Amino acid sequence: MAFDSFQDFITMGGYGLYVWLSFFLSFVVIALVALETAIARQSLKKKSQQLQNRQQRLAKRQRPVSQ
Amino acid sequence: MWRWLHPYAKPEATYRLVDKLLPWFAALTFISLAVGVVWGLAFAPSDYQQGDSYRIIFLHVPAAIFSMGAYSGMAIMGGIALIWQIKTAEWVIPAIAPVGAALTVVALLTGAIWGKPMWGTWWVWDARLTSELILLFLYIGVMALYFAFDDARTGAKAAAILSLVGVINLPIIHYSVEWWNTLHQGATITKFERPSIATSMLIPLLICLAGFLFLTISLVMMRLKNEILRHELGRPWAQHELEKK
Repeated sequence: MAFDSFQDFITMGGYGLYVWLSFFLSFVVIALVALETAIARQSLKKKSQQLQNRQQRLAKRQRPVSQ
Repeated sequence: MWRWLHPYAKPEATYRLVDKLLPWFAALTFISLAVGVVWGLAFAPSDYQQGDSYRIIFLHVPAAIFSMGAYSGMAIMGGIALIWQIKTAEWVIPAIAPVGAALTVVALLTGAIWGKPMWGTWWVWDARLTSELILLFLYIGVMALYFAFDDARTGAKAAAILSLVGVINLPIIHYSVEWWNTLHQGATITKFERPSIATSMLIPLLICLAGFLFLTISLVMMRLKNEILRHELGRPWAQHELEKK
């Protein structure tokens, strides 16, 4: 440990605000990218479902014509 | 090697490979970042000049290095896309760009927060900071171009060209601290002589570097999977993939 106490660790020799703010903001920025990617996957799922439903509807409608 | 590589021009093959590799890279990301960040924050010694404020280095330097690394990766894919007209390579570009932009934002933010106590200012228009800001604009430009055209291939081509042209900015960022007399300190580890940093600080920094490398790769893989599915949405394998889980 480079610090004598937990209090020292939090204050970081007076630079606590800067150090912790850096780590917090970096985490937020990277988490946003990951979150956006996860949301995009969910919306792809939805789109794929809609596409399949439409294909099925079209297939049903076309069947009598081909007979 | 070409015979081995060729199947990956097929989107489905690339998807399967990325899908298989992603959990490993994600695990490596969590392990190395946890070890590196805890080590850097709590166990590395204080700096004799900068006190504990220097601990921002464990985020700032890896983010800055891979903001450039991601850009070179994107430019290489741009080159491949333009020369061999491989669709999958085109799709890697929008997978990398937002990740690279995020790393650039992290490098700029942590740099500003580090600059305040050390330099007394959040921002100066010096060469290093300005060229890194231009890198962010390049990423935004690539993303904008990719989606700016009705025809997806045209957009991909334009984005590929911009990512290649923007490579000129990378050596400018890297050498900016040598070419110009600036407020930003010189290179600490990315130079050819011995790194000018104590081993007790270098080891956690190297672990954080590995962590950011794996993080970059994992995020790009996640986004590439989406991008492949988005283009292949009408195909049965993609629909089957999206129904899983």
